[in-house]
Amino acid sequence: MSRLLEVKDVGKTYGSVIALRDVSTVVNAGEVTCVLGDNGAGKSTLIKILAGVHQHDRGEFLVEGEPVKFASPREALDRGIATVYQDLAVVPLMSVWRNFFLGSEPTVGFGPFRALDRKKGRETTKKALSDMGIDLRDVEQPVGTLSGGERQCVAIARAVHFGAKVLILDEPTAALGVKQAGVVLKYVAQARDRGLGVVLITHNPHHAYPVADRFLLLKRGVSLGAYEKSEIDLAELTRQMAGGAELEALEHELRAAESPS
Amino acid sequence: MTTTTLDERIAKPRFLDRLVVRPEIGALLGAVVVFLFFTVVTDQFFSGSGVATWLDDASTLGIMAVAVSLLMIGGEFDLSAGVMTASTALVTATLATQAGWNVWLALFASLVFALAVGAFNGWLVMRTGLPSFIVTLGTFLALQGLNLGVTRLVTGTVQVSGMRSTDGYESAGFVFASTVDIGGTAFQISILWWIGFAVLAAWLLVRTRFGNWIFAVGGSAQSSRAVGVPVVRTKIMLFMTTALAAWLVGSINILRFASVQANQGIGLEFQYIIAAVIGGCLLTGGFGSAIGAAIGALIFGMARQGIVFARWDSDWFMLFLGVMLLSAVLVNNAFRRRAERVRR
Repeated sequence: MSRLLEVKDVGKTYGSVIALRDVSTVVNAGEVTCVLGDNGAGKSTLIKILAGVHQHDRGEFLVEGEPVKFASPREALDRGIATVYQDLAVVPLMSVWRNFFLGSEPTVGFGPFRALDRKKGRETTKKALSDMGIDLRDVEQPVGTLSGGERQCVAIARAVHFGAKVLILDEPTAALGVKQAGVVLKYVAQARDRGLGVVLITHNPHHAYPVADRFLLLKRGVSLGAYEKSEIDLAELTRQMAGGAELEALEHELRAAESPS
Repeated sequence: MTTTTLDERIAKPRFLDRLVVRPEIGALLGAVVVFLFFTVVTDQFFSGSGVATWLDDASTLGIMAVAVSLLMIGGEFDLSAGVMTASTALVTATLATQAGWNVWLALFASLVFALAVGAFNGWLVMRTGLPSFIVTLGTFLALQGLNLGVTRLVTGTVQVSGMRSTDGYESAGFVFASTVDIGGTAFQISILWWIGFAVLAAWLLVRTRFGNWIFAVGGSAQSSRAVGVPVVRTKIMLFMTTALAAWLVGSINILRFASVQANQGIGLEFQYIIAAVIGGCLLTGGFGSAIGAAIGALIFGMARQGIVFARWDSDWFMLFLGVMLLSAVLVNNAFRRRAERVRR
């Protein structure tokens, strides 16, 4: 099992705000590392460091054993780390195939006459999508006409096609219905089975538990716990997510408020 | 993601859907209507000299509209575009008549000036993250002041003239301001520049990587950046393209008329934007067409000259323009809703 990414005690501050502190986890090939946490827990900061949008200012970030500090998302991409953002995965007004190849367009011709290879673009897109089990009628339709789940799938298929070794998914199921979320999780599992390391960010333990191999719980910028799947069950994960002891205290309070009357 | 359920929901208005996806279709229909209308109403409109007149009127506007449409698809505005056509002409004319430079050298210098202003606009917008509307409004005012102030300082008047006696005027005039004789009618060469520029821009937009990036940075700059599109560079290039077009139009004007007023070009920037919007550009970026903008300019030219041929008061032109613009925006907006409609 090869170790693709590893973060050791990374931290990030924005001015005087400590967004992330002493967080450690690993991402292995063919495994899903799930990052769970409520809003403001530091999930976004962590993935932005991994994706090269921001730089960590403490701790270590290793890619295949080598310490790195990415200056831009392009550098992270060049190292095989692809990120699919919840709302920012695609450009809605552009066609499916143009989105698919955005930033890595195939071209034909030389010098000033270098043009897009549209035929290759369309065909490759169609094939790459159907390899992932996504069947679209028309790759010329604007991505905006696809459903939220389909859009996520196009973005995932794109990352897989362009040889990503690590796939970072930011809340891929957050805005989706139950069925669509299931479809997206299926493609997450498929990417994993192809040998990619997957980082799945979510605040829904029910989505996380079936596909993940490892869990990292964040709260207010610090790690609340890191577990292998064998060490924790869904009920405990949910309890921890919801604030664990805090929730129990709240439950007592609510009961106490109900009973006197 | 079962295709069967998808198909049963979408199958029906297929042909219409495909038609609506072409951004320039509305402009094309509008152009046909305007053309037929004035052909029927006036005699001159569809004569050789009539056609030459309205094509000429549309040409310089069209060159700018095409460049502005690329910029708008890239999600930005350039309010300094109109005044830039005067600034470049003034730089060329001042260097040629006052400093005695060869016209070609003066043209080169004003080209460098234009590209520098374009790059500055782009750099400032990207660097500050402010809306390009306000940043270029600033450059618009600054250039307007410079045009008048510098011209008055150098010549003592508010115009620069005397291009005809300068070195290289003949050859430069041949390239930018000669006429081509077709069937006994003299057509301005600016029409060729317009068509050439529109074709080049259209090719660039839909057939090249850079064109793909233009749509992407206008549609969603953050998504584009995330997949490795050089957003800043693309947008700066677009501002420079607009400046380049302004230089071309300025050069055509100065070599045609041999003199330039320091207050020229003011207000034209909105005509460029209007032509681009009539041609199918969204004000929010990410969608539009270069050919559409060229057709938008054609509608402009036809209507403006058609009203003259029909001997109506030119006040009606504004009414026409307003109605055209409103209907174009409504059509564009309907399309965007269609394309961006979110189905979960």
